[in-house]
This record gives sequence, structure tokens and C-alpha cells, in this order.
Amino acid sequence: MPEYTLRIRRYDPDSGQAAYWDEHTVELGATQSVLDAILKIKADADGSIGIRCSCQQAICGSCGVRMNGKPGLACNTHLREAAERGHGTGWNPPEEGGTTAGDGGQREVITVEPMGNMPVIRDLIVDMDAVHWKKIQRVTPWLLNKQPVPEREYIVPHENMVDVTQTMACIQCGACVSDCLAMEVDPLFVGPAALSKAYRFVGDPRDAQQFERLKDLSEDPHGIYDCTHCFNCIDACPKGVDPMSQIMRLRRVAGSDHEIEDRNNGFRHEHAFVKNIQRNGILHESDLLADSYGGKFNPSAGRELVSGLPTAARGLAKGKMTVGKLLLHQHKASKEIKRIFDTVEGRGERVELNLYVTGYEDDPEQTGDAAKETQSAGDKSQGAPEAAGAAGREPAPEGSVPAAAEGESAPETSEEPGTSTESENS
Amino acid sequence: MPSHDVLIIGAGLAGQRAALAAAQSGATVAIVSKVHPVRSHSVAAAGGINAALNPEDSWESHAFDTVKGSDYLGDQDAIEIMCREAPDEILWLEHAGVTFHRNDTGHLGTRAFGGASAARTYYVADITGHAILHVLYEQLMKHSATVDRYEEWFTTDLLQDENGHCVGAICRNLRDGHLEVFNAKATIHASGGAGQAYKPTTNGLIVTGDGIAQAYRIGAKLMDMEMIQYHPTTLLGNGLLITEGARGEGAWLLNGQGERFMERYAPNKLELASRDVVSRAEQTEINEGRAFPDGGIALDVTKVPRRRTLEALREIVNIGRDFAGVDITREPIHIRPGQHYIMGGIKTDVDGQTTIPGLYAAGEVACVSVHGGNRLGANSLLDTLIFGRRSGEHAAARAKQMVMPTTPAAQVADTERAIKAIIDRPTRGRRIAAIKQELGETMDRHVAVFRDAEGLAKAHEVVRRLREEAPNAAVDDKGSVFNQDVIAAIELGYMLDCAEAIVVAAIERKESRGAQSRTDFPGRNDEEWLKHIDISVNGGDVPKVSYSPVTITRWEPMERTY
Repeated sequence: MPEYTLRIRRYDPDSGQAAYWDEHTVELGATQSVLDAILKIKADADGSIGIRCSCQQAICGSCGVRMNGKPGLACNTHLREAAERGHGTGWNPPEEGGTTAGDGGQREVITVEPMGNMPVIRDLIVDMDAVHWKKIQRVTPWLLNKQPVPEREYIVPHENMVDVTQTMACIQCGACVSDCLAMEVDPLFVGPAALSKAYRFVGDPRDAQQFERLKDLSEDPHGIYDCTHCFNCIDACPKGVDPMSQIMRLRRVAGSDHEIEDRNNGFRHEHAFVKNIQRNGILHESDLLADSYGGKFNPSAGRELVSGLPTAARGLAKGKMTVGKLLLHQHKASKEIKRIFDTVEGRGERVELNLYVTGYEDDPEQTGDAAKETQSAGDKSQGAPEAAGAAGREPAPEGSVPAAAEGESAPETSEEPGTSTESENS
Repeated sequence: MPSHDVLIIGAGLAGQRAALAAAQSGATVAIVSKVHPVRSHSVAAAGGINAALNPEDSWESHAFDTVKGSDYLGDQDAIEIMCREAPDEILWLEHAGVTFHRNDTGHLGTRAFGGASAARTYYVADITGHAILHVLYEQLMKHSATVDRYEEWFTTDLLQDENGHCVGAICRNLRDGHLEVFNAKATIHASGGAGQAYKPTTNGLIVTGDGIAQAYRIGAKLMDMEMIQYHPTTLLGNGLLITEGARGEGAWLLNGQGERFMERYAPNKLELASRDVVSRAEQTEINEGRAFPDGGIALDVTKVPRRRTLEALREIVNIGRDFAGVDITREPIHIRPGQHYIMGGIKTDVDGQTTIPGLYAAGEVACVSVHGGNRLGANSLLDTLIFGRRSGEHAAARAKQMVMPTTPAAQVADTERAIKAIIDRPTRGRRIAAIKQELGETMDRHVAVFRDAEGLAKAHEVVRRLREEAPNAAVDDKGSVFNQDVIAAIELGYMLDCAEAIVVAAIERKESRGAQSRTDFPGRNDEEWLKHIDISVNGGDVPKVSYSPVTITRWEPMERTY
């Protein structure tokens, strides 16, 4: 079995000592989890390592940590995956004279740290109340029922419920909060987890206050327009909640459906950006600034332009900008760009992808006749088709792969008794 | 010293539902949990929640299925209450915001589930427990003015006054290690089951039988403790839960020869027979050499249309991918029966009252008994909510007629001493994890799907020995901030108490009924054993056994086939 060295960041406020690195080496399978390793160390060597954990199947949300620099759940992060993340980086420094490759007899090191953006209580345990839960409470996290409340259930489209299930699937682990860059700069930013929670109500047709919620989160200078699109939260989320996508959906509903023009200029900035691209094909930044503030002749735009002058001057001085570029913009949008805009604007309704159900769009089975062929092809490659979607996770060892014989009868026999329940559902 | 009308220990579905109900009845409420409420293990409940809500369905049909599922050990008065109140509870949840998935007409959708004669399981994809738990927590945040939350506080002991009434609990704040007395007119234990006494188990690391053991130690009766549910589909190797919803949606079970073996064991319901029936069938296939070479049985989810799997079973798609390297939409996944649930627990009446005045219990920690010998899938969420609410309401009503009881101060000093003794232990003893491992493996070997006198005696011997060893287990952590080592040492004691109660009850019941399948006593014996086994504490000695009658209202025991 491969050997992994865990460098765990330890800190106990009781001790009066500063934080330090604690190293333990374990022998475990490559597809066992980082949590398996930590629990083994706790069991065999040192029971005092602090980490919250319970379900070991990525549903309770307790074990959020950073592993070789990336936040996530210790319980569903494979040791090999975490270790490889560090290859060739500062997270897994080669030993004296060693190489950086994994299988050349070099140590596989996994550095485990508490999550960021939240104060550390002890070892890998952070204070989620002080940050995460406070922000959740900021978004009025409960349903404000449409009245009158029906005697039986609200009648709502299935698609809406599946849609909000994506944000409902958030396990409040804090991984997105940990690495939110906007929050690092503005600690008051409501943040990816809480805004996802907000979408859970905004997208819920039973909620009476969609407009009020969006107005509130648009007007808040630390609200939906505070996000800088860095994608860190999407990368961090172990449950596919895609927090940033939810924030963008909040913006679209606020801007397009309710036309909420916020005092932070978020709405106008977004519109200016779109118009700018539509006109120029690529971004013309000096126009963008003015347009975001209501055009060149708007007084507040003037103020912004004046305050932007030093930046412009520095750009000119360094040769990054020329006077011509600053004032004129020769680039015009190509036909292709125009066609994209025409297509999108020509739609009667805005198209929102259902993000909860994934891995379906590229499904070859949907092409009818090809079903059987692709089915058995899928069997042979054992999980490989999903490799991209699985963020590089590896299939388990050979032993767990069932014999291929059973798969073949699958397509023809699907009408037999076992599936009859399907029709009862409707 | 916090003082409340109603103190609730545990913040899973039963605890949170009890808190909301008690607060709504006008009581002051504290809810204490050793983990943040949304980490409670209710979060892992996947498949759904049962209710006869469709006009074509009836609560009587749901109740009969439950009685039959229980192998006639369930108390029918309690089952009637649960099934009759189920539809309103679903609607309450829906109005509170649970995102139940819909059917084509926008009404609440259902899926089929094991042992049920109609598709009456309401669901949110395969994260139903998670969705309900998080929505209840939304409601707790909404009602923060009337419900005080103590998150990450570990309950060490229940408090009793001189009359033996329960008057609150002693809890340790995990953040700084200090002890606090929680004074209460009524205390509701809603702290879940004891799955960690087994290895493997589908239960989280926090499910350590705290409530069962604490109540048992102050003299409360336990009931039906021998009834341990082995879930038919747990991941081979690590024991993770693969929801029954998979079979509800149409997945098949196949043995190593590719045979759909359930045709031989339950020709009508096939994969959707009761859990005890399916688990026994699988174990028989395994024992008789018809498993796959790795010892497992195949669960073939490819029988379910792929689109449906991705939408309604997304969580197990992820589990297959992350924990077994299998794409369940393309190939079968290997499973085996694994420890999942304890039907038994603290004996209560239909309002959650235990045999100790002032102490209530609800959820998996309790035994009403609505599950009897075997729980139907999707009845546990229902149990937690119905009896959580009823306990909360009854406890609030009790509190209205009382003055705040006084707390015996000496008990706090005892607890202080006990914890200090744990921290001051020499570190020479066997490791906690090693003792726990031996316990779990012993229970899984001898007190599992099939049992016999010899194996049970062996298990009892091991449990007694481990009980001797446990008080000397090594504790590394001497600190006060999040000292998880001390908690683990205390929890080990709880698990051992639960394990002994389980083993003693299993030795006692000399018949096969529900989850208790004795190879040395095959067959149900209604004449002698249509009764509950009650277990109570007997100093440090082997627990006392007594019996109580099964309540039968309208369904006389019949032969049970699926």
C-alpha cells in the first residue's frame, strides 16, 4: 500500500503555543480518503488532533478543510488526488535531492489546514458561527409563504423543485466561504454559501418576497454585486451547488425580471458591460467606466472618471495604454458576436439551465438506436466516460468492478416488473 | 444556570421538531446538541418519508403495511396514530418549505418503497432527510426568540431529583470544556441510535447511543433492543448507505450467477419486500456461495432510466463515483446487508413519555414501538417527526403545570470528577479506537442478520470484557478546547451499554421474528414470544430482563409473505 505523509496544522489555544506543523505517515490505499488517514492517525497515534467529522459520505458537511491548498471535504477527497495536487508545487516540496514526481519513491505529502476566512478554534476546527452562519442568517433563511397558504400542498412545477434542490443540496460545509476571494477583501461580503441559500428562496415559487429579497441583496454594498467571478467557490464546492452560478442567477432575476437598479451601480455596470461587448466585440474599458455610471456626461461618471485619472496616467506612462486607445476604440463587433446577441435576445424567455441534473446533456443513450451499442461500450471503459465530470477521481481497484455479463441484458429488459413502479409515480 | 420549561437533547429531526412544537405550545425551550444541528445523522436519510396522502390511499393501508413489516411486534395503537397523523405532517413540512419533488401535475410526487402496498413515499431527490433537516433548521433560526440553541454542547448526564424525576441534564461546552447544568421541567432525549456499536454501519461517527445509555443508567426501561436493522444495500467494504429509493425506482438485485434471486424469496414484492426479508435473502445467497467473488451482491441501477437516476438518485451516483469508483448509471454496484438502524430504544408511550417521570424520548433513541421487529423504509423520518412533535407538545403541557424543580448540586461535582479522572488517566491502556473496533466487529459477526445461542454468548463475553477494559482506555488529549478524546472515552461507555442490552435481549428472544433471525430457533412463535423484551439496569451486573405486552387493535398476527 502507498505511504502518505500528512502535515497537519495544529493549534491549541490552551497550550499558549503558536500553531505548528505535525507530521504523521500512514499506509493506506490511494482511493481512501484524507479523513480515513486522519482518523487512522487519531486512532493509532494521537487522539488529540481536532477535526469535526461524522457521516464519512459527504452529506453531513462537518469535515471541511484545506488539503494541499484546496478546500473541500476530507471524507470524499482521495489521498492520491490530494497528494497529486501538490506535485510540483510548494505544497509538496521535494526532499533534498529528490524529484517532484509521485512514483519515483518520493514522499507523498498532504498538507492539511483549517479552512480560510474563518477564525481557528483548534487544529482543523474553525468558528463557523462567527462567519458562515452569521451570513446565512443575513439572507432571511426561511420561506416567506405566499398567501393564502393552501389547505393541501402548493401546486408548483416539478422543474422548479428540482431547480432549487441544487441549492438545497448545500451541506453548509463552508468550503466555498473558505476560499472566497471577495470575502478575503471584504469580510462583510454576504458570500457564496449564504447567497446560494438566498437563491433557494428566490427560486422557490412558494416564496412571496422574491422582489424584496432581491432588492435587499442588490442594495446591500456587500450583496450580490460584490462577487468578483473568481470561480473559487465553484471549484471548492463538493456538492455541485455552483455558488457563483447561483449568484449570477440572483443577478439575472434581479436585473432582468425586476429591473432593480441598485445604488451600488451593479445593475448598470452589468448592462454597460454587455452593451460594450455588443458594440465593440472586445472590452473597451474607458467606455465601460463611464457607461456604468450613466454615460460620459453624467455627473457621477465625471467624478469616477476624474478619480480614475491617476490609473489612466500610470497606464500611459508605462505604455500599456495610448491616448488613441483611451479615447477611440477601433475594434467593432464581428458578425459572429452580433449573431450571438441576436440569438440570445431573440428568445422569448431567458433560458436557465437546470444545474441539478448533470451528466445528461452528452448522454449518447438518448439517441435511441445507438442505446445498446453505447451501453456496452460504457461498460467496457468502466467509469471512464464520467472522468471529466468527476474532477479527475479515479475508479476503485479492479476487485470492485463487477463481471460484465449482467450489463448486456439491461436495455432490452427494462420493461420488466422492476420498473413498473415508474408509471405509478405520476 | 440555563433554565427552561423544556430541554431537548439532540437536534436531528425529532429534536428540532420537538423544539418547534414545544415553543409553539408556549413553552420556553432549549435545544442542546453535541454537533451543529445540520450535522445530525438525520441528514443522511435518503429515500423519503411515508404518508397516505393520496386520496386513493388510506392510513389503514399504511398502518397494516407497518404492522406486517414489524412482524406483528409493533404496537398497533402507536402505529395507528403515526399513520393517521402522517398526511398532515407532510403538509406541515411542505408549508414550512421542504422542496418535495412533484409529479406532472405539480402535486407532491411519490416513489415506491419496500414493504408498502402503494407508492406513498414523498421525497426530495435522494436527499430527503437532508432537505427536511435543513428546512427545520431554517425554522429554528426563524424562531430563535423562543428556542435557545446550544450547538456543540455534549450532554454527559441526566439529572434526577430525590423522587427520581428527571429535572434536566449536565452538558459540557465543547468550545471551552466547561460544564453547565441545564435545569428543565421536562427533558426530551432525541439523540439518535447506536449504530457505531457496529462496524461497518451506515451511521455516522456521532451515532453512539448516548441517549439510550444515559436513560438506561438512570433506570429507564429499554425495549425491543434485539431488533437491529440490517439494510439490504450498503456499499461493500465501507458500509455506506445506498438508498432503498434505488430499488423503489426500479433497480434489481443480482447474485454472482446473474440471477434475480428475490424471485425465490419474495415472488410478489421482489426487491421491494421488507428490509429484513431482503437482507436475509442476500445473506443466504452469500452464505450458500452464490455471491460475487468479492463477497457482494450486485445492485443494478442501470434498470432505472438514466435521466431519472441523475435527477432522483444523484447522491448515490456520487457515492458510487467517490467511494467505489463505479458509475451506477452504467454498471451494477456491489453491496451487502449492513447495520443501519435500531428498532429498539428507550421505551415510551405514544406521547414520548419514558418510564422516568419528566423524561421523554423521540426518534431513533426511542421505542414507541412503531417499528417492532422490522422498520419499513421511509417510516423512520415519519416516526421522528410525529413523535418528536407529540413529545414536544406533551412536555410543554406538563411544564405548564409545574414550578421549576431544583437541581441536586452534588451530581455536578460527580460529573466534574468523572471527567477529570478521564483526562488524568495514564496513557498506558488500550486505545479507544481498538476497543471500539473489536466491539463493532464482534457485533457485526454475531449479532447480525442471522444469530444463534453460541455466537450471542461469545458476543456477550466480549462485550463484558471490553466493559472492564474501557475505563482504562488511553486518553491523549489533556486540553479543554474541543477535547474530542474525552468525548470519545465517554461515548465508548455508552456504546458498550447499548451493545450489552442488544446482546442480552437477542439471547432472550428464542424465536425468529423481524430482524431477529435465530438459526437455532427458526420460525416465529406467537404463543410464547408475541411480547416485548424490556431491559433495565442492574447495577454493574448483567441487565435485568422483563416483558411487556404487544398492543393489538385490529390486525391479528398472520403469516408474513411478500
